[in-house]
Amino acid sequence: MPTDEKKPPGSGFSRRNFLKTIGAGAAATGLVREVADTAVVEAASDVQGPGEISITLNINGKSEKVSVEPRVTLLDALRNRLDHTGSKKVCDRGTCGACTILIDGQPAYSCSMLAVEAEGRKITTVEGLGTPEQLSALQESFIEHDAQQCGFCTPGFIVAGTALLNTNPNPTADDVNEALGGNLCRCGTYSGMVPAIMEAAKAMKGGA
Amino acid sequence: MAKSAWPAMGDRTVLGSRVSRLDGPIKTTGAAKYAYDQKLDGMLYGRFLIAPYAHGKIKSIDVSAAEAMKGVEVVQIIRNVGDEFLYAGDAIAALAATSEELAVDALDAIKVEYEILEHQMDDTTVDNVSGRVRTSEDGDVAAGFAEADIVHEGHYGVSPITHCCLESHGQVCEFKDGELWVWPSTQNVSGYADGLTKSSGLEASKIHVDCQVMGGGFGSKFGADQWGNVCTELAKAAGKPVKLMLERDQELMTAGARPSAHADVKVGLKKDGTITAWESNAWGSGGTGGAGRLQLPYVFGAIPNSKVGQGTIRTNRGSQRAWRAPGHPQSCLITMSALEDAAAEAGIDPLEFFKKNLDKLDVRLPNAENVYIEELDIAADLIGYKDKAHPRGDKTSGPIKRGLGMSMHTWGGAGHPSNADVVINPDGSVAVNCATQDLGTGARTALSIVVAETLGIPMDSVQANIGNNTLPPDNPSGGSTTIGGISSSSRDAATNALNAMFAKVASGLGVAADQLEARGGNVQEIGKPDNSMTWKKACALLGSNPIKGTGAKPTSDGTKLDNSQVGGCQMADVSVDIETGVVTINEMVAVQDIGTIINLKCAESQVHGALIMGVTYALYEEAIYDPITGKMLNADMEFYRLAGHADVGKLTVHMMQTEEHYSRGVIGLGEPPVISPGAAISNAVANAIGVRVPTLPLTPDRVLAALA
Repeated sequence: MPTDEKKPPGSGFSRRNFLKTIGAGAAATGLVREVADTAVVEAASDVQGPGEISITLNINGKSEKVSVEPRVTLLDALRNRLDHTGSKKVCDRGTCGACTILIDGQPAYSCSMLAVEAEGRKITTVEGLGTPEQLSALQESFIEHDAQQCGFCTPGFIVAGTALLNTNPNPTADDVNEALGGNLCRCGTYSGMVPAIMEAAKAMKGGA
Repeated sequence: MAKSAWPAMGDRTVLGSRVSRLDGPIKTTGAAKYAYDQKLDGMLYGRFLIAPYAHGKIKSIDVSAAEAMKGVEVVQIIRNVGDEFLYAGDAIAALAATSEELAVDALDAIKVEYEILEHQMDDTTVDNVSGRVRTSEDGDVAAGFAEADIVHEGHYGVSPITHCCLESHGQVCEFKDGELWVWPSTQNVSGYADGLTKSSGLEASKIHVDCQVMGGGFGSKFGADQWGNVCTELAKAAGKPVKLMLERDQELMTAGARPSAHADVKVGLKKDGTITAWESNAWGSGGTGGAGRLQLPYVFGAIPNSKVGQGTIRTNRGSQRAWRAPGHPQSCLITMSALEDAAAEAGIDPLEFFKKNLDKLDVRLPNAENVYIEELDIAADLIGYKDKAHPRGDKTSGPIKRGLGMSMHTWGGAGHPSNADVVINPDGSVAVNCATQDLGTGARTALSIVVAETLGIPMDSVQANIGNNTLPPDNPSGGSTTIGGISSSSRDAATNALNAMFAKVASGLGVAADQLEARGGNVQEIGKPDNSMTWKKACALLGSNPIKGTGAKPTSDGTKLDNSQVGGCQMADVSVDIETGVVTINEMVAVQDIGTIINLKCAESQVHGALIMGVTYALYEEAIYDPITGKMLNADMEFYRLAGHADVGKLTVHMMQTEEHYSRGVIGLGEPPVISPGAAISNAVANAIGVRVPTLPLTPDRVLAALA
C-alpha cells in the first residue's frame, strides 16, 4: 500500500481513503461491492474522463493548457497535443529513456506517466534546458565529445545527465554509468558521454 | 587553377581534423525535427492492424464498426478475405484517425477471423534447408584433410537480430495543390519519391521529400516501403495529412532483420599451424526473404583445398534487410571461431596462428598480408597481449575466468555516385547543396569541411544543405559509400566554383586565373601571399549574382578522390563468471584501416559505435521466436536487449592514418568495424572458459550449456 498520503493533483480522490472506507473486515463480507459502489459514486464528482478534459501543465516554466483523455501519457500529450517533440517516442514502455523529462527536478519516463498525473508539477523537457543558440554546459559538452550520432536518443541522455549534475556536481564515472543506465542508444554513442558529463561538471563549477 | 585532388597531408587546414558535428546543437536540444516529430495542421494518426499468427489466411474481415467511429477517417483493408500472410506482424489493415488513442480503439473494433496455417520457425537445424544449396570446391579437399595432423570439427551460429532503429520506420505526408509533401525517415532521400508514384498517382517530380535528420537506419530504410505507401494512400483518401510511424513491436517484427547463419565446419591443420583444408556446410534464414550470401572461409579465402555449401531455410519471420556489413559479421564469426578452435586444438597461440596463415588471404586490399600483420601487432600492444595471453582455458582458481580473443575483417567502401553544387555568394557566404542524408555519419559536417578546405575559408562561412530531393541527387547511404561519394562531389563542385571565381577576379590581382589559389581566407597568387585579396573582397568582385560550381562523383576532371578496400582487426578482453554464465567486456581494441579521413572526430565515433553495436549482438540482442505460436517473444525493448552504458567496457580505437593511408583517398567506415566484434568476443570467451559457446549472442544460458 502506498505510504504517500499526497493526493494526485487535480483529483479529489485518494486511494488510501477509498480503501479506508471499505475497511479490512468488509472485504470478507458481501458488503464489498455495495460499499465500493457507494465510494465510487461519492468520488464521482471528482473523477474526470473518460472523455477529454482540460488540464494545465507547467512546462519549462510556462503554463500550457491542453485537452487530453485521462489515458493519454504525458509523452503523447507533449508530442501530439503540444509541440514539445524533443522527448522521443521509442519503446513507449519505460525501457529506453528516450522520453526522459524532469518532474519536479527528478528524471522520469514521460511514456510511463499520464498527462493528468503531471498537473501541478514542474515539468522540464529537453527544450527547457537550452536552445541551439544558447546551449547548456552539458549540451555543449555532448557536442564537443561527439556523444551522439543519429541523435534520436540524445535528448533523453541530456535530460538524465542534467538530473545527475543537478544533484551531484562531482560525479565519478560510476555515477555517470548509473545515472545513464536507464537510457539506451542504438548507434553506440556511450563512449563520449562519461567525458562529456565530467567536463560539463567542471565547466559548471568554473562558471559558478 | 584549383585542382580537385586532395591537398598533401601536411597542407590541410580543416580536412582530417576533429570537427564537432554541425547538427549537434539541434540534436542535443530537441530542436531537430525528425519524421516522427512532424506535426501538421489537421494531421491524422495512422496505425496498422498486424497479424497475430505466423502464417494464415483471412477468413473474414469486418471494418464497419471501426469506420463508423467518429474521428476515424479512413480504414483500409490490406489483406482481404482469402489473402495469405506469412509472419506475425504482417500488415492486415490500416486506418487513420484524429488521435492516436482513437486509432488504437478503432483497431480494436476491426473484427478478423483467421485461418491458421502451418509455420516453420526453426532455423538451427540443417534438416530444414529447402531449395538450392550453393556449393563450390577448390583443390583436393580429401587430400587436404589427409595431409592434416589435426582435423577440427565444430558448429557455429549467429542468431537473427533486428535493426531496432530508435526512430521507427514511417513518414508524414500531405497532399497540397496537387502535389505530395513527404517527411520520411530514410537512408535514401533522392530515391524515396520513386517508391511513392503508384500510391500517390503522381510523378516523382511532384513528390517533395524532406529528411533533415533521421533516427537510425543501419541498412533497413532504403525504400518507401509498405508503410510509406499506405500512409500516402490514407492521406489521399482522407484529404488530410497523415503520420504513420511503426509501433515498436511492429518495427521489430517487420522492419528488418539480419539473417541468421549456422555452419558445420571442418578445418585441417598441420602440427605447426598451417591450414591444409576447409569444409563448411552453412545455412541461414532471412525469414520470408533470402538469407544473403556468406563468404566462407572469411578473409582466409585462399585456404587451399576447400569445399563450401550454403543453403537457405525459409521461416515465417519478417523478411531480412541489409544490416550493416551484410553477411560479413556472420561469415567472420563462423570462420574466426572455427580457425581459433583448430589452433587451440593444436596448442598454438592464436596470434601466431593467424599471422602464420596470412598467406591464405583472399581480400582485394593491396599488400594485405603486411597490413594485417601491422594491425595485429598494434592491437596486441594496445590490449597488452604479451602479459595477458594464455592457452585456452583460464586455469586460475575462482569462478571468474578471463580470456583474450581476436578477429580480422575486410570491406570495400568505395564512394557512391553523387552530385553536389557549391554556390559562392557576392557577400562571401557559401552554400553546398547535396540531396544526401545524415544517418549519424556526420554528412552535413563532412560537406562543410570539404568545401571550407577547398575554398580556404572558415567552416562557419559554409552552409551545408542536405536531406531534400530538390537538391542535386545523391545515392542511398548503404555499404559505407556516403562519405566517399559526397566528399568527391562536393570537392569537385567547390573546385569548379573556385575556378569560375578565379576567372572573374584574376584581373584584380594582375595575374592569369590559373595562377591563383584560395588559402587562409584569401585569394592570392600561388605561393605569393603578398599579392592577395581577402575572400570577401574577391567575392564582392562577382557583381550581384552568385556563381555556382557543379560537381559529381566521378569528378569532372577525372581525379579519383575515393578508394576502396580496408582491413582491420579487433581484440577483446573478457571475464566470464562460470557460475552465472555472465560475460563481461573488460576491453575491446579496434585497429581500423582507413583511407583519407574527412572528420577524425566523427570517424572515431563510427568505430566506437560499431564496437558497441558489436558488443550488443555478441552478448545481448536476439529476435526470439516461439516455435509453437510463431510469435516474436521479445518484440519490445525490455527483452530485445541493447547494451547499456555500463555494459560495453573500455573501448580503445586506433585509426590507421599515416601518409600512406591518407594518400589512398576516402574509404567508407560505417561497416568494417562492426564485423569483427562477435568473433573477437566469442574467441575471448572460449579462451577464458576453455570451451566454445557455439552460437551468438553469448547469453548466460548458452554459456552455462557450453560449460555443462
